[in-house]
Amino acid sequence: MGIWQRYRLRLRRRRWRVRAWYRRRELTPVRDQTAQIRADSVLLFATLRNERVRLPYFLRHYRNLGFGHFLFVDNGSTDGSLEYLSAQPDVSVWSTQQSYKAARFGMDWINGLLARYGHEHWCLTVDIDEFFVYPFCDTRPIRALTDWLDTYRIRSFSAMVLDMYPKGPVDAVPYREGQDPFEIACWFDSGNYMISQNPRFLNLWIQGGPRARTMFADAPAKAPSLNKIPLVRWHRSYAYESSTHMLLPRGLNLVFDDGGGEKASGCLLHAKFLSTLPGKVAEELVRNEHFAGGREYRAYDAQLRSNPDLWTKWSEKYINWRQLEILGLMSKGNWA
Amino acid sequence: MSVGFIMLCHTALDRAAQVARHFSTAGCPVVIHVDRRAGPAAFDGMRAALGDLRNVSFCARFTCEWGTWSLTRATIAAATQLLDRHPDIGHVFLASGSCLPLRPIDELRAYLAARPGTDFIESVTTADVGWTVGGLDEERFTLSFPFAFRRQRRLFDAWVAVQRRLGYHRAVPKGIVPHLGSQWWCLTRSTLSAILTDPRRPEFDRYFRRVWIPDESYFQTLARLHSPAIESRSLTLSKFDYTGKPYSFYDDHLQVLRRSDCFVARKIWPHADRLYDAFLRTDPPRGELVEPNPAKIDRLFAKAGERRTLGRPGLYMQSRFPRQDRENGKTAAPYSVFHGFGDVFENFDAWLSKVTGGRVHGHIFGPDRVELAGGERIFNGALTDSVALRDHNPRMFLTNLIWNTRGERQCFMFGPRDNQSCNWFMATDPNAQISVVTGAWALTLHRNAAMPFEKVRAEAARLQRIETEHLSILRSMYVKARVRIWTLAEFVENPMEPIQTILDEISPRAPRRPSEAPRMRDFAGFSQFLQKLKNQGMQPVLVGDFPAPSEEARPAQRQRPYMVR
Repeated sequence: MGIWQRYRLRLRRRRWRVRAWYRRRELTPVRDQTAQIRADSVLLFATLRNERVRLPYFLRHYRNLGFGHFLFVDNGSTDGSLEYLSAQPDVSVWSTQQSYKAARFGMDWINGLLARYGHEHWCLTVDIDEFFVYPFCDTRPIRALTDWLDTYRIRSFSAMVLDMYPKGPVDAVPYREGQDPFEIACWFDSGNYMISQNPRFLNLWIQGGPRARTMFADAPAKAPSLNKIPLVRWHRSYAYESSTHMLLPRGLNLVFDDGGGEKASGCLLHAKFLSTLPGKVAEELVRNEHFAGGREYRAYDAQLRSNPDLWTKWSEKYINWRQLEILGLMSKGNWA
Repeated sequence: MSVGFIMLCHTALDRAAQVARHFSTAGCPVVIHVDRRAGPAAFDGMRAALGDLRNVSFCARFTCEWGTWSLTRATIAAATQLLDRHPDIGHVFLASGSCLPLRPIDELRAYLAARPGTDFIESVTTADVGWTVGGLDEERFTLSFPFAFRRQRRLFDAWVAVQRRLGYHRAVPKGIVPHLGSQWWCLTRSTLSAILTDPRRPEFDRYFRRVWIPDESYFQTLARLHSPAIESRSLTLSKFDYTGKPYSFYDDHLQVLRRSDCFVARKIWPHADRLYDAFLRTDPPRGELVEPNPAKIDRLFAKAGERRTLGRPGLYMQSRFPRQDRENGKTAAPYSVFHGFGDVFENFDAWLSKVTGGRVHGHIFGPDRVELAGGERIFNGALTDSVALRDHNPRMFLTNLIWNTRGERQCFMFGPRDNQSCNWFMATDPNAQISVVTGAWALTLHRNAAMPFEKVRAEAARLQRIETEHLSILRSMYVKARVRIWTLAEFVENPMEPIQTILDEISPRAPRRPSEAPRMRDFAGFSQFLQKLKNQGMQPVLVGDFPAPSEEARPAQRQRPYMVR
């Protein structure tokens, strides 16, 4: 890596930060309770649109883990999500009607909020259908993890997306508000993930799982990326490069050990394949605000029409994080 | 006689105060040193919280920097104060603010009372310890370390380099032999006061002031001068990882801590409410004086360290992606590759799976389909038979297959028609057992009567080129796999002997030899076929020295050759 390329990456990071700064005016504060944030609070950032039915369980999951404050960007919800969030005691929410796509799929907004409120805090950036699990998450709060990372001066923590799906068609069992989505979508693929390294940003590129298996079996290069680095001890000079798949400066992407050992890592259980999906797909196909011209959503549409069952006899039923650890999907690393 | 505690605190002072109160109410005097870097508000808060306890006092405060003399100086100040103010104590126990007593204080008191003259301090010579981190073993004592390791790392490293370059060596004071050990000790009054009142102490202090991490060597060395009976172990349960950082204890360690029977554990995560609640209750002593037994915790942490440094062999995942040659096991388990066997035998995979009991796949790298065992479309770990997915990352396909079926040996067929991109990977994998019959592809070509000979010739040339390339890999000096190579001609001469060797290697304790051999394919007309290839200018060298057409008279080959002759 020459000086020239390093310089170009630096320019790139500057560009994302400038964009984030510029687009902050697209956000209107609806409820700003950021004064509550304490120096040691662990923060959660998310962008959403029309996710009202998912929100109660989402907040419950992350409150149980001990997150201190939630910062949401509501992108034009019409189902009462915004009203619901503004009534919460530990939530700050901004609203925008601007294009999700033009804001680099929401990343400009999130980068802006991270720079403003996330500086020197541990920040988790997720989607509303992603549920973070990490080693010992059933007995140790998130602060235990971040304190441990602090003692090793680790600033970023990897959590691969694990697509969860039900047995049978996704809309066979309707999802009720407040319900644990993994009561329905409790299956996952345990060992068909493909990894390579991105030479430019140094991150690992992970693909696979049920989406690659069923919707992208003929075009695996287009299968969605599953690598994510959602938990970062943020500094105002950082920027998410593309979704939370990778970060700049790129040293933050080195969340894996290349000398044979295992670093600690978690998973983002992805509750996309629920009864809420068909409605979402129909809406997003019209809106066309998603990555790569909504390629993914077109594939979902085709899949939902032709063969709505993602389950196979080799699907694994989710029990807990220890199971994911044993299967080699995540690791405790040196944490005991 | 009682035991007194020294507590060195820098953060989580509320927890430290809680522990100090526990010691104090059990009748043990406590002297607390609070790092000067802890703010005045926190310090005043702690002082106020312990104001009602007459046997708790605070000593002069120093700014403490890890690895420097300041920590030892604080310990000396606290120890002096403790001995001066409490003439009745027999032992002094050095603890930190993040320590937690695991057993009732009365048990500790009884344990020490039963060993009145014994000093519990881990103290070993540098030559004998393997746990020093950073490569500075002997040099801790012979170089000078005026800079802080954590804060002034560059200066620290540069200064070490300069001294090494100049060959600088400090003289160790006469009469002492440097010893190292855990910072947390429990000394008798007589040993401790002998150390503190030694007339040569100014000389020793001057020396240790520039030693690296003197808190792990000052008392450990000087105790050797004054102690009548050293028990070289620490009563504090404290485990360090491969980087020299202490492991923390959390709520879920409650049971394993209880069973360890150690007196004090370090370090406790300050928010581990359950641990503090459980261990700071004043339980009556159990009356039996069991020895501390931290073996279980040792194992727990040893495993964690191993996982972090070596990892699970053959696992490729989001936080373990070893670069080439650092894999510590390229694949998770042994597997067998049968190159050309499918061409020589009919239903070789079915036969092999019957004989070995392992999982036998067809050509999993085949060009048209991933031929999973039993013709399955989906396999362990939800791997599929999609060629596109496999070819997107063939190496991960292979490593996933082996990882997903840990505990069951995988065998598969291979040949020059297949995807060749894993050839180097398999050849350099000690888990691979690769058996090759070269030129066997010719037999299958020969059977394909429908193909016009022009195409057959071109295909033969292509397959021979691919196989030659593969063979050059298998014959290179980098090979780590168990490789066996026969030409087709050699192999059909006596096929069962090589097969038996392979089988013995796959399952060395197999109960009995297979009674039935696999059925060989029809060789009729094969020699003519080879001759025809040669006549067209294509020399099938990899087939080996097959008999010329005239000699061909081996109808017996068609039958099943029985193993036991």
